[in-house]
Amino acid sequence: MINHHLSDKLLMAYSAGTLPEAFNLAVATHIAMCDECRARLASFDAVGGAVLEQVAQDSSAMDDTALSATLSRIKAQSPSERPSAKPISSKVLPEPLCSYVGGDVDAVKWRSVGGGVRQAVIPTSDRATARLLYIPAGVAVPDHGHNGMELTLVLQGAFADEADCFRRGDIEIADEGTEHQPIAQAGLDCICLAVTDAPLKFRGFLPRLAQPFLGI
Amino acid sequence: MKSGADHALAEECAQDVMVTVWKKAAQFDPARASVATWIFTIARNRRIDMMRKDRRPEPEELTWGPEAEPDQLDVMTLQQESELLISAIANLPEKQRVMIERAYFGDLTHSEIADETGLPLGTIKSRIRLALERLRHSLS
Repeated sequence: MINHHLSDKLLMAYSAGTLPEAFNLAVATHIAMCDECRARLASFDAVGGAVLEQVAQDSSAMDDTALSATLSRIKAQSPSERPSAKPISSKVLPEPLCSYVGGDVDAVKWRSVGGGVRQAVIPTSDRATARLLYIPAGVAVPDHGHNGMELTLVLQGAFADEADCFRRGDIEIADEGTEHQPIAQAGLDCICLAVTDAPLKFRGFLPRLAQPFLGI
Repeated sequence: MKSGADHALAEECAQDVMVTVWKKAAQFDPARASVATWIFTIARNRRIDMMRKDRRPEPEELTWGPEAEPDQLDVMTLQQESELLISAIANLPEKQRVMIERAYFGDLTHSEIADETGLPLGTIKSRIRLALERLRHSLS
């Protein structure tokens, strides 16, 4: 049961296709696990369709040659078959995250960041950064505030901060002003996808010193 | 498509979209999207490919096979909801309507989009949710 969902503005921006790649990755991976947000996204796509119909009514026509050019391209190929139904995967990392990593959790190339916490940066465009975090059960993520927006999607285990608990499929949306100290809950070690459009501000002196080297 | 593409590029993009629509017609699920919505998603994806900046990965696909044809009532109500949505957007206050158009033309970043969109999406979302539940049921 997923309790923490995407915001309307993130869904609209994902639908419009204007988010940085790292955010697209977090949004798409959440939707892979959440039919509620899958349906909400489809309704935002419907808004895009409605806007398109509106524009089509009062926009300039295409070139005279466009139709014949398109028809000749269509004649040159045959339509694809309807894809057959696929079973839903039971991996820890759903698509599209799995493809970015090159496999499930055992394919992740972790780097230790101290205190048992590990991370792996996932290459995306430079407008935002994405990384996987591995936090052993019972361990706290260093206390941090935020410069920009941060999305944290739980893939395994759970974490809790002062206000709430986040389990598999839940996504936390934090922005400027959010200061919190998430702690991985007892039981399974916690794995999350964390995405930021600005570097985190760690409050302790040592984490702040280490920040430029860790790339977080 | 606007989105800063010049005329020739927009023309090429539009042709690509029509060819893709024809090629992928069998994948269109009328219980989950209107034709305009489906064309919008193809056009958006083509535009992102042409800009070569930020990739836009898609969620794991929920496909329906030949054994799970979409329910005709689902299809009909979804198409009706899509028509209602068009008139609802046309009737929004000017400021909200312009914000939504600018968001979909790619002129706004996610932080510039308003928290409250004013869009009445509850009903269409519930319809799609039902169609998804039927699909999940047929897959299990």
